Amino acid sequence: VRIAVPRGAMFKETLDLLDGLGIDTREVRANDRKLLFEEAGLITMRPSDVPTYVEAGAADIGITGKDVLAEQGERNVYELLDLGFGGCTMVFATVAGEDPAAEALRRLGHMRIATKYSRIAHDYFERTGRQVEIVEVKGSVELAPLTGMVDGIVDLTATGTTLRENGLVIREEIMSSTARLIANPVSYRVKAAQIDAVLRQLRAR
Amino acid sequence: VIHPIPSGTRDVLPDELRELRVITDAMRDVFEARAYGEVATPALEYETVLTRGDSAAADPAYRLFDEHGNVLVLRSDMTIPIARVVATRYGSAPTPLRFSYVAHAYRAVKQHRGHPREILQAGIELVGAPGPDGTAEAISVLCAALDAAGLSGYHVGLGDASLFPRVLEREGIPAGARQKILFELASQDMVGLERELEAAGATHLYEIATARGGIEVVPEGEPLSELYGLLEPHVADRVIFDLGLVRTLGYYTGPVFEVYDAAFGSPLGGGGRYDDLLGRFGRSLPAAGWALDVERIHAARLEEGS
Repeated sequence: VRIAVPRGAMFKETLDLLDGLGIDTREVRANDRKLLFEEAGLITMRPSDVPTYVEAGAADIGITGKDVLAEQGERNVYELLDLGFGGCTMVFATVAGEDPAAEALRRLGHMRIATKYSRIAHDYFERTGRQVEIVEVKGSVELAPLTGMVDGIVDLTATGTTLRENGLVIREEIMSSTARLIANPVSYRVKAAQIDAVLRQLRAR
Repeated sequence: VIHPIPSGTRDVLPDELRELRVITDAMRDVFEARAYGEVATPALEYETVLTRGDSAAADPAYRLFDEHGNVLVLRSDMTIPIARVVATRYGSAPTPLRFSYVAHAYRAVKQHRGHPREILQAGIELVGAPGPDGTAEAISVLCAALDAAGLSGYHVGLGDASLFPRVLEREGIPAGARQKILFELASQDMVGLERELEAAGATHLYEIATARGGIEVVPEGEPLSELYGLLEPHVADRVIFDLGLVRTLGYYTGPVFEVYDAAFGSPLGGGGRYDDLLGRFGRSLPAAGWALDVERIHAARLEEGS
């Protein structure tokens, strides 16, 4: 069974988890440039790429955040288990003080929102009956409202520190997210016994 | 000069087409030998006719207007057009009717995921042969077609679209909760499924929804075990039961199946039993059928050989 491992915030806890499954992760821990570890059956990548590799069958199972799965919707993968770690919250935030987004909504009838999660943001504001214009950014979203480019942001936060340091406050919580174990739909059947064995071990943890 | 073509479409050049032809010719021989006459239907149909079959399943990605303002659509599968053919051209013909096809179907794509808009499908429809014998015949032809296509490592995932809804009803789960549970199952979200089952006080059903394996996972008295008993041994060997298998099309009423090969990351095709579909076109007959994606079979065959 080949496993897609997310680098970044979930990396260490994922490797600890794999240790618990009896997979030798020493080489992965020692090497942060190498991506493919044939012997251990691991491939490493950024969390948002995990569903892509698992859907294509380049990995049988993988670990990624619920936020990534929600943003990429309709990936043909099985979501098997909530692993509990990697907890964070998708929030709607604006600059501290009087809420400029509420003001924009009242005065203009719509607001401008910067985010890396355009699908989650779009669905959330539609569901809550507010008209928004989504501005997609790739880097630090916190910058966008500080320059006046947008009225607010939708972003992921674990502790809220970055938001606070940039003078932003959380106005609404959209969803909470934790790490999930996902599986390729073909592997889910063809390698059912191996995958169920992994699931049993992880549940018993 | 470079003249672009739409994303999700492609040209097939002689080398590849020759290889695809080997596969489709071999499958056509199987269809012919089993008396599944090949049919062709128009790629364009009236939207009002196709949506009689199943509004979600027929939800066409491509619509256009003809010179009279009628809405035409590109077919998204061959099952519904053949249901139309049976009702209009074979209104009183003796059954069972056996049809095969090798034809293109058209789907919407999601951006940058490498999905094709145009899919070459080979498949059959067996009309007027009720389950379980009709279903067993359809699966038997499926395996013969896959063997003829040169695949050796394939499996047939076998489930029943009616099984889990029946179990939920028998357990007395209220309709609202049932709908939520089935939504999570269809979304392949087992975390959500477990959550909804827990909310309905039915966590013990989680095991049924996730049961995959041999005949031992099928509860006693289920139609699937009778079907399994009818399969020839070399067909039965290919079967992996999956009690949570849900095909995305809404018209399935009984056993459903999908084809997997470890050499390819997505199902190679699938089908099932749809006993209500023909009635929506005016001739009520039980039916079963399946379609295989020829290009995926080609890719799996190359990978198996490597």
